[in-house]
Amino acid sequence: MGSLLKNRGWVIGALAVAILFPFVLPNAYFLHILTLAFIWMIAVYGLNLLAGYTGYLSLAHAGFFAIGAYALGLLTVKTEINYWLALVLACLITSAIGAVVGLVALRTREHFFAIYTLCVGYIIYLVIDKWDGLTGGVRGLIGIPVPSNIGPLSFETPLSQYYLVLFFLIFTVLVMYRIVHSLTGRTFIAIRNSEDLAQTIGISTMKNKLLVFVLSTFFAGLAGALYASFIRFIGPDIGYITIIFDLLTYLLVGGIGTLAGPIVGTFLIVAVSQSLQFLQDYRMLIFGPLLTLLIIFYPRGIVGAYYDWRMKHTAKKVKRTRKEQRYFESETVDAEKKVKEG
Amino acid sequence: MDILTQQLFNGLTIGSVYSLVALGLTLVYGILHIPNFAHGALYMLGAYITLTMMLLWGVHYWIAMAVSVLVVGLLGVLMDRLVFHPLRNAPPIHDKIAAIGILLFLEAFAQLIWGADYRTMETPYGQVIDIFGMTATTQRVLINIGAIAVMILLYLFLKKTYIGSTIIAMAQNREGAHLVGINTNKVAMLTFMISGGLAAIAASLSAPINLVFPGMGHLVILKAFVIIILGGMGSVPGAILGGYILGFTESLGATYISNDYKDIIAFLLLVVILSIKPKGLFSREDF
Amino acid sequence: MLIETKKLTKRFGGNVAVNEVDFTIEEGKINAIIGPNGAGKSTFFNLLSGSYTPSAGQVIYKGKDITKLSPDRIAKLGVARTFQTTNLFEQSTVLDNVIVGHRLRTKSNLWDAVLRTKRFAKEEKKCREKAMEVLDFVDLTHVMNQQAGSITQEEKKRVAFALALATDPEVVFLDEPTAGINPGETEGLADLMEKMVKRKITVCLIEHKMKMIMKLADKIMVLNYGEKIAEGTSEQIMNDPAVIEAYLGGDASA
Ligand SMILES: Nc1ncnc2c1ncn2[C@@H]1O[C@H](COP(=O)(O)OP(=O)(O)OP(=O)(O)O)[C@@H](O)[C@H]1O
Ligand SMILES: [Mg+2]
Repeated sequence: MGSLLKNRGWVIGALAVAILFPFVLPNAYFLHILTLAFIWMIAVYGLNLLAGYTGYLSLAHAGFFAIGAYALGLLTVKTEINYWLALVLACLITSAIGAVVGLVALRTREHFFAIYTLCVGYIIYLVIDKWDGLTGGVRGLIGIPVPSNIGPLSFETPLSQYYLVLFFLIFTVLVMYRIVHSLTGRTFIAIRNSEDLAQTIGISTMKNKLLVFVLSTFFAGLAGALYASFIRFIGPDIGYITIIFDLLTYLLVGGIGTLAGPIVGTFLIVAVSQSLQFLQDYRMLIFGPLLTLLIIFYPRGIVGAYYDWRMKHTAKKVKRTRKEQRYFESETVDAEKKVKEG
Repeated sequence: MDILTQQLFNGLTIGSVYSLVALGLTLVYGILHIPNFAHGALYMLGAYITLTMMLLWGVHYWIAMAVSVLVVGLLGVLMDRLVFHPLRNAPPIHDKIAAIGILLFLEAFAQLIWGADYRTMETPYGQVIDIFGMTATTQRVLINIGAIAVMILLYLFLKKTYIGSTIIAMAQNREGAHLVGINTNKVAMLTFMISGGLAAIAASLSAPINLVFPGMGHLVILKAFVIIILGGMGSVPGAILGGYILGFTESLGATYISNDYKDIIAFLLLVVILSIKPKGLFSREDF
Repeated sequence: MLIETKKLTKRFGGNVAVNEVDFTIEEGKINAIIGPNGAGKSTFFNLLSGSYTPSAGQVIYKGKDITKLSPDRIAKLGVARTFQTTNLFEQSTVLDNVIVGHRLRTKSNLWDAVLRTKRFAKEEKKCREKAMEVLDFVDLTHVMNQQAGSITQEEKKRVAFALALATDPEVVFLDEPTAGINPGETEGLADLMEKMVKRKITVCLIEHKMKMIMKLADKIMVLNYGEKIAEGTSEQIMNDPAVIEAYLGGDASA
């Protein structure tokens, strides 16, 4: 709770900027980029809950992103069911596949888990790429509809899509905040800290890890589904491993295992990439070493570094007040002694 | 029957390449417990350096390969010093991410220097020959001979030289090795050197029958991981055996099952193995 | 008798770390396990707490066979432990480290957390209060809001105690609780263990500090190469020829 109050200024500020942005700077291109960034943020939050708070680095999440996107794409294009139903189904399908994968993957730990999920991600990619009959293979899937109207609300325009995605982002952040600041979240963190210790204080690690895994695939799937209806064309490359590397970069730069990290990192990297347009394919020339340097020197990213700084700041204050207190106490004790002696 | 022998030979060739790559990976894992995701990028650079030497300066294939081995080996050492050494006491998630960072950088670097196009490598060994009723290019025969020769040399080095046996000792027990006075830093650097060199050899040998492009290391490295889990993380004979098993499975699978899905075989294999034995096939703990 | 082991055995490959050990832990007492390095003491603990599954033998807790139960189930039955190396989450406060210790006595799940239900509020409060209570018990109230990384080694040991106590245990296993602590502070931790026993919590500890153990423990078991070589009161142990031979090297005052 305390941290929300402390950060309230930041939260309200960011929210105001996000809501007012389209009016202050009515630029179609920026709107497009920001909407995309919001979608990535949702996926990064999913990854953060698993890798950041529970300590399991999944490299399969580009695959789950793609599953969400293809589930929505196929449901809306091939069966023409209602968009919102398709969206819910897309998330559920992704989570269900996540549950199956997680059930097996989570028996492995550390390196094995990373390699296992890397392979699962690759299998998902290959299946999408090769299964022409269902997914359209390399040709991709076109003609994905925009979200259908809810009463008077229509989502034809980029502006309305922007607010729709922003809504889901806020939803995601809220859910994440509530999870992290709860006994459930503490349970996850205990698992990250030491799985053996967590077990001996009565935490069923498998059950909790599975819960996190399914949750994180749910958000990856949600992001994928939103991506599909926003871009309206998807190809197998959205499931390729480069996507997971992008997501990881966003997360690491912002701060893995922090609540604000996904937003800060994604926004910053997307913004920098935009201003370094000429780099495009070579952006990893900068981001690759950045990733490596960050993990060596600032393993908890920008937000983590900020927290550490603030922590030190308050620690100093605490020390000072404690000293004053002690001084005060000892004085009163001395005074009491004198009274007794006297 | 004819197709079968042809496919077996193919399997042997692919397996030779896989084994060499997996060997480098398993050595580094054995010594430092790092799953080096950047190993695929070393493989890719190995091919590019050989290619560049040949095209730009007209250097002979074998000399170009030697230069490539040296350069990539040194790059491996550099990686160890600059990245993995500082991270040796960090949580396990860190060195994986650092390795991914290096991978991304090296790939972008290759794309910057050499472009994203697919390239071919011409060697003096393109002619077709007939062995035991099969047709194959000399290059394919060379891959097999070269790989086996390298493996024998590596084996002799590890078993018969003092410095080689320190690598084995350290792979078995890092703290213990430290206690008996082995300079663990030097051994780590040497291991990275060998690992990079092996990747360069594998790439230079196989590039003439494949294509050279920035993403050429992806599949190979993924499969190498499958192999070392199959053969036991850190095990040298396991990497060799696993490489050939995968090579044969793939080439037979491509012929008799489906060429489209042959790349999935390795990953399915891994998923099945880890589903049954979460700590790998030959985990030493708890049995 | 609270816990009883019957021919408890653990093999790692060819190495027998714990070999057919019969042992009983007396309720409301301080039980101790001693033995040279590598004797199998920690492994014995790991078997009792469910972290390892025994190769053979049984563990009986309050008349119930818990040999095959998972560690979290065993913890829920009232068995808590600390590890030889304390691993706290250094970036969090001491209080935050301990709150999760009472998680096993709560029922709130993901929905409670996301929807912020009444049960959520009630149980959050309950865990927090429990954490404060056990931190008070181990005398750490004054560092409650400090980062766990910034407190002293001895305070960290106390946090580990507090975490174990937050699970509402009937018995706690302490693996070398005073390793790396100076003599004065060791005394304080010994007092703390006696305080636990007064609160009806059975204690079982592994120790290397002989003087302290001889004074503190009501009952001692000696392990050597995985086998129990002696069991009894401090006097019995000190005068046991097998112990003097194997462990103390002929000098009982070591
Ligand atoms: N997970 C494991 N895998 C293989 N061998 C193990 C494992 N855990 C312990 N051992 C072995 O079991 C034996 C007993 O180890 P244990 O840690 O129980 O000793 P200990 O009595 O606690 O020693 P110390 O006083 O040094 O803590 C040792 O030989 C050790 O190498
Ligand atoms: Mg021990």
